[in-house]
Amino acid sequence: MQVSGAQAMVQALEQAGVTTIFGYPGAAIAPFYDALVDSNMRHVLTRNEQGAAHAASGYARARQVTGVCVVTSGPGATNVITGIATAYMDSIPLVIISGQVMTDLIGSDSFQEVDITGATSPFTKHNYLVKSAQDLPRIFQEAFYLASTGRPGPVLIDVPQDIQMAIFEYEKPEAVHLPGYRLITEANPEQLLAVKAQLEQAKAPIICVGGGVLSSNATQELMQLAQSCQIPVVTTMMGISAIPFDHPLYLGTLGSHGIFAANYALNKADLVMLVGARVGNRAMGSAQEIARRAQIVHIDIDPAEIGKNIKPHTAIVADAKSALAGLLALNPQTDTSEWVATVTAIKADHQLPDKPAAASATIYPPTLMRILGELAGPDAIVTTEVGQNQIWAANHYPFRKPHTFITSGGMGTMGYGLPSSLGAKVGCPELPVIAVSGDGSFQMSLQELGTVKQEKAAVKFVLLNNSRLGMVHEIQSIRYKRYSQVFLEENPDFEKLAAAYGFGYSKIHSNDQIEAAVRIMLDTPGPYLLECQIDPHEPTLYPVRKEEKG
Amino acid sequence: MSQHTLSVLVNNHPGLLSKVSGLFSRRSFNIDSLAVGICEIPDCSRMTIVVNGDEAMVDQVIKQLDKLIDVIEIEHLPVQNSVFREMVLAKVAVEANQRTELLQIAEIFRAKIVDVSLHHITLELTGQADKISGFLNLLEDFKILRIVRTGTIAVPRFEEI
Repeated sequence: MQVSGAQAMVQALEQAGVTTIFGYPGAAIAPFYDALVDSNMRHVLTRNEQGAAHAASGYARARQVTGVCVVTSGPGATNVITGIATAYMDSIPLVIISGQVMTDLIGSDSFQEVDITGATSPFTKHNYLVKSAQDLPRIFQEAFYLASTGRPGPVLIDVPQDIQMAIFEYEKPEAVHLPGYRLITEANPEQLLAVKAQLEQAKAPIICVGGGVLSSNATQELMQLAQSCQIPVVTTMMGISAIPFDHPLYLGTLGSHGIFAANYALNKADLVMLVGARVGNRAMGSAQEIARRAQIVHIDIDPAEIGKNIKPHTAIVADAKSALAGLLALNPQTDTSEWVATVTAIKADHQLPDKPAAASATIYPPTLMRILGELAGPDAIVTTEVGQNQIWAANHYPFRKPHTFITSGGMGTMGYGLPSSLGAKVGCPELPVIAVSGDGSFQMSLQELGTVKQEKAAVKFVLLNNSRLGMVHEIQSIRYKRYSQVFLEENPDFEKLAAAYGFGYSKIHSNDQIEAAVRIMLDTPGPYLLECQIDPHEPTLYPVRKEEKG
Repeated sequence: MSQHTLSVLVNNHPGLLSKVSGLFSRRSFNIDSLAVGICEIPDCSRMTIVVNGDEAMVDQVIKQLDKLIDVIEIEHLPVQNSVFREMVLAKVAVEANQRTELLQIAEIFRAKIVDVSLHHITLELTGQADKISGFLNLLEDFKILRIVRTGTIAVPRFEEI
């Protein structure tokens, strides 16, 4: 069958099971967009290419599929870079298709030409510059395979315009054959036995859960192992929602902005079992110190993570699901009752800050998060921006089900939450989607409100307004004792902004208004903006006791 | 810190060299030399990479290289049981009164004369990196116009059965 390159691209997406793509057209990707007219795939036209990548990422995380975004050459390709790097740092499966200038113009600094494969190779799992239309079916098949297997990640395919227009005889690609891609998923029995022996000797073990537990759908195995061996669980930012917030063995999130009991347990444990976590400096700043004090077991599907940031005593290179199931099957016998009693008491002594929903001058974010979670229900998906809003949501929103928390953990990308909430809502229209943001980060991808409107995506925006860049403001107040460029005094009138897009809107400033306002927001059909006035000096770093440090 | 030599089989396609070299710079791996050429397998090249670092770093270099989809195989070559070779071309300005001395040095090292004129000689020498360095040390008494080195290539020895 004779097809054009562009038709082959569309066909390859359909064969990969893709039903929705996010993108922005331009000259170099025009043949693809023309072929797209004959397809049933839904295309979401964002307002900036970065928004397309973030939306595809939100879609991928909410639906647990590979997200797809399509952009043109040059500025289209460079705009998508932040989205690619954000997905790479959080191991999110994406396939990014970029148009490229005609093959014979490559290298001549032609109009809208940029070396996007060169630019993105540090933060793509793999990328391709297509040289021949015949290669398209194979390359697309490989790209989806690479993006979604092993440690997931973004894969970029750069397709010159002439390749999209070339007519060729379509041949179905053979099965993926990548001799340079070794996939280890099953846990080695000897390594499992070694970990079992270590677990049985431990008196004070913890399991540290990262994003890998979610991406391998290992949350059931995690909870079974934690319960049967009575091991307390802490999470990284990316591991949040892997275990219900109120699980008796769950202590909270690690890190400088994390939960006291979680950091306490990490610092007192005699065994730390890292599962699908890469020991990022944000979660575990003093990794080497912890390794000196405790036995380290590291389970990760990416062999390069073993020994990169922490030297483990035992390691298992495997899919988290396989490793945790393998450990469960060995039925390790542990006695941790004293330890569990200790950390549970610490957790109880350091209850999360909360305030009654009484009249107040400003909204108390922890209380807002709690009420949001209570009213939105266990299935609601929450996205955040980066800053204080992310910390409040991470620490205080009651996550009950896996994959309900979508945030930029590794890159810390402001401007991620708004478009990723759009992607999540497009992917899961039946679920409530709440986008938590600050007034700074809300404006970083503000143009995507247009996409939300066009797609009639009923995202509920919860805007924490303190008229400043709160996180930097907080850092400056602690470390520098003076402020520099953190004030957003001329914020737009958000009520008029919501009206301009036809969104529902209300503004609250008192804790006794929260419940009614959230109910109205959730019950109002369509997108809604709830502006919450918060105290500019509300901290995310709570005063810590001396013992917590170090 | 010590030197480690990696023999790396890669898919032979444009852009790969920059992916490999970019990996070294962005992860702060110290690279001493990198030599690449086609090999006995069609559409593949073999790279010889000499890195300087401790065991943990070399472990990371190998694992990170292995993550590149176009890297097919990595071999960490044993120092005692491999053959290492490097080639240098040295273009030296030499007047008549120094010529004999230079030719004697060349003979001791079994360097080849590959080009000669009234006022200069170009020498070619192949050997292990330390031999090349020893040779170049002795040339320092002369006026060196240009030194070109290939970087080390290496192959493991046959193991006696």
